[in-house]
Amino acid sequence: MKAHLMFRDKDFDLLQPLPPNETQLVHDLDLDTLLVAMAGADEFLRQVSRVALLNGLSNPEEIAYRQSVLADCASHSDVVREIYGLTVNALAEQHKMFWFNHRDNPSSMMFQSPKIIAMFIGFLRQLRKIADEHADSFVSEGWTTLFTTLKEELNDAYFVAVDDHLKQLNFRDGTLISARLSFGNTGIDYVLRDSRHTKQTWKERLGVGGRKSYSFDINPRDEAGGNALSTLMSKGVNSAANSLTQAADHLSNFFTMLRTELAFYVATLNLEKSLSLLNGPTCSPAAQPWSPALLRFSGLYDACLALRSQKGVVGNDTDADGKTVVIITGANSGGKSTFLRSVGIALLMMRTGMFVPAESFTASVCEGLFTHFVREEDTSMTSGKLDEELARMSDIADAITPKCFVLFNESFSATNEREGSEIARQVIQALIDSNVRAIVVTHLYDLAQWFYLNETESTLFLQAGRETDGGRSFKLTPGEPLSTSYGEDVYNRIGGW
Amino acid sequence: MTTSNRPTVAIDELNPLASSVSGAPSILYLGPTTSARGDHEPKCFHDLLLDQVFFSITKDRGDYQLLPFFYDHLGGVDDIKFRHEVWGDLEEAALLDGIRAFASQMRDVHQRLSWSVKSTFVQHRRALRLDAADHYCSAVTNLANALGAANLKSRALLRYRDSLAAYASSIAFEQLASETRSLKDQLSQIRYCINLKGLHVRVVKYEGEADYGAEIEETFARFQQSVVKDYRRSISDWPDMNHVEAMIADRVALLFADIFSCLQSFCEHESDFLDDTVTLFEREIQFYLSYLDFIAPLKSQGLAFCLPDIQVESKEISAKETFDLALANKLALQGTPAVRNDFHLEGEERIIVISGPNQGGKTTFARTFGQIHYLASIGCPVPGRAAKLYLYDELFTHFGKEEDPTYHSGKLEDDLLRIRAVLNQATTNSIIIMNEIFASTTTQDALALGTKIIDKIISLDALCVVVSFIDELSLLGPSVISMTSTINPENPIERTFKIVRHPADGLAYALAIAEKYGLIYDTLRKRITS
Repeated sequence: MKAHLMFRDKDFDLLQPLPPNETQLVHDLDLDTLLVAMAGADEFLRQVSRVALLNGLSNPEEIAYRQSVLADCASHSDVVREIYGLTVNALAEQHKMFWFNHRDNPSSMMFQSPKIIAMFIGFLRQLRKIADEHADSFVSEGWTTLFTTLKEELNDAYFVAVDDHLKQLNFRDGTLISARLSFGNTGIDYVLRDSRHTKQTWKERLGVGGRKSYSFDINPRDEAGGNALSTLMSKGVNSAANSLTQAADHLSNFFTMLRTELAFYVATLNLEKSLSLLNGPTCSPAAQPWSPALLRFSGLYDACLALRSQKGVVGNDTDADGKTVVIITGANSGGKSTFLRSVGIALLMMRTGMFVPAESFTASVCEGLFTHFVREEDTSMTSGKLDEELARMSDIADAITPKCFVLFNESFSATNEREGSEIARQVIQALIDSNVRAIVVTHLYDLAQWFYLNETESTLFLQAGRETDGGRSFKLTPGEPLSTSYGEDVYNRIGGW
Repeated sequence: MTTSNRPTVAIDELNPLASSVSGAPSILYLGPTTSARGDHEPKCFHDLLLDQVFFSITKDRGDYQLLPFFYDHLGGVDDIKFRHEVWGDLEEAALLDGIRAFASQMRDVHQRLSWSVKSTFVQHRRALRLDAADHYCSAVTNLANALGAANLKSRALLRYRDSLAAYASSIAFEQLASETRSLKDQLSQIRYCINLKGLHVRVVKYEGEADYGAEIEETFARFQQSVVKDYRRSISDWPDMNHVEAMIADRVALLFADIFSCLQSFCEHESDFLDDTVTLFEREIQFYLSYLDFIAPLKSQGLAFCLPDIQVESKEISAKETFDLALANKLALQGTPAVRNDFHLEGEERIIVISGPNQGGKTTFARTFGQIHYLASIGCPVPGRAAKLYLYDELFTHFGKEEDPTYHSGKLEDDLLRIRAVLNQATTNSIIIMNEIFASTTTQDALALGTKIIDKIISLDALCVVVSFIDELSLLGPSVISMTSTINPENPIERTFKIVRHPADGLAYALAIAEKYGLIYDTLRKRITS
């Protein structure tokens, strides 16, 4: 039995390796804020969301599969949350039974595993009931397949057969174990036997005729004697306990997988609810193949900024279709970093199969997203600032492939403008010529100017707004790169010294 | 001479070892009880990496609460000289060894006392306390001998020697020492047996029964054929006692009632034998010992430390072969000595603008300048062969900060607000260190704003170090000098980390570094598509 709500043909692997730039992405795009909205204080929701976000999909069809599952979830959020709650409860029950504490000892496995199995069967019955009631109103491929599987595999005959086995495992008439003698007349090859057809007769019990028997007692307070019996028991039930425990494991794994895959959708519903409370629009993005280059949106906003400040924030409209580079220059405090983050977050959410924080969003799906943002002076003393920036860029170069996106925020500004521009130009050119696309926020006027003169067709230039009194508008507008960042404005605004 | 107006923190709040009202003379502070002590980390510590330095210095000495001493910038030249004299005396190897032995014995004392307090079993507690007293007596005697034999010159140690000698010859101390010796001796002669029968345990005096373990070993020796697993367990020194051992000890105490009642009365009347004269010294001497331990491996690499000339009037400062203490400490682990640099300012020179190739040691130099001034202000030896340093009132630093996604009003404004705060607080007696300011803005803006900053510092007449890629800042007047990082002309990627007085030449060799990281066009293209 498979859940298969995240992929048509495979399980979602919670332990899959994360991309090498995981730390950078989380930090630069402020993903922790997003994860808080998705997961609250729930560590499990958070972990699932984190893995899903960081290991997005690069195939538009796979994205569409999740988008349709998500659409079903959105229109049946009560049912979805009910099923999720059921999986959480089942696994919590298992946890309460101290399951994992008893797995090194066959005797206790023999005792515990049937109980675990019975518990899970109870939850499976509830799941079957939900499937019977609601399956008809779900339309996505993922959900209909899951409901069909539940109905077919968990039919009534199956439940009867399981109950029968569980009854026998009570061992009301004792545990029967066979063995043979080994070195020094000690026992070996202990095997558990079925005791149902070997009940002692009253004659045997009295010792007259029939099977002969002798017995002895261990003093109940003799701890060491008790331990010895327990060891014998463990040897006897080893193989049977193994089978039972494996069965319990399979059940546990099914609930774990169902919980894991549902967790992603529950977390996504949580986020949508948080944003809608802030009047933040959301839409299902149109995920397109890598070529031709597509990136256009309206009302795109930085979801993390909105969540952090707990109010709606200014959205941006941009049409960068056909462009391989977007270069953003202009005023400090002009919303450039915010814009950059909003695009990064939307690309990431689209790759994950989620909605995006925008009124509309159409973009090519990339195979990987990288960020290169300015950092604090390195306090480990291994290198200076430019060294650190170049080392991080080199890490990106190690991991990046064609069809990826790179977001630059004030990169290569730790040296003077002329040389910083030259380094940046070579890096960005090499990326673009290798079928990588980039969005670049920069103060390097020489850099922006070079692209303006040499790559006009494939580059979109955006300006952080500046109003006449030196106050800022946070909308970005297309326009030729300007040569100053208005440092003196800021100086005058704070009153100088 | 400026007096610090930092709040004073009573020493007994910081350290249970120290006394509240102590007649014992300090070896750190010249004045009697007026000394101010640092209760929080100075703001410049993080930028100068002094937080790392003092963390390393104090990390194995947490019990002594040394950081308040290291946080305490001294206001007067004589306060600093008072400590310089002690560093001089500690150069005598025999004295230093004697003091280290004292410190180590005192650690044993505190360890036993703390075990004793934690124990729930009465005989266990008493024995540990007696053992603590034993270590204490020998620590005091040894320290008094070491000080008596040394050729002391410092005011601090001379006055302390007298005070300790008086304590060591007091009746109270001599009585403690003789009682402790006598009890230890008697306890060590007790012999007893326990008899286990099922769950029954019997404790008796020992009466000469023979060694049965040896007999058994001999009896079964013939069966040994091959190497088998060793089932003997290592017995830990952990001073724990379980309840069975405790009940046995209680029975032994009944068997030898005379000795144990002596022990009981000892523990009652010697409940607090630690004297302030001893504990104050114990803590304060760690200021010196911890610093000496920290610089020892650096000295063995050939790096020099010196006691600087402290200046309050002249700002003609200089240092020879100085280096970044945090970096040197890190490099020492790898076995490489840090690069050393010289600097000097004369006449009206006040401001050093450092430019030149990146990764050339500019930030390191700026940190070094701040570090040695701070170290001088707490009376410690500073990195370098010789140094003349200025006793400042405040040391301000401004190092580039990471863009914080929670802070949306822009990095430049944040920078300017922080710089304004520094410039408004700084006085003519301050030292200001600025590193890589305005990294996120255009050259044009950086030059305009940088000039405004330098102009303001020139008018303050304060000492200042500025690291900037804006060469022009070094040309703003006769009080500004230029220093540059240097490169090896044969191999631009290799750095010398030398900073020298030299006009700024505008070469940053950034592309050479980009090449080193495989980020120039051709190399990068190959890397992406391979």
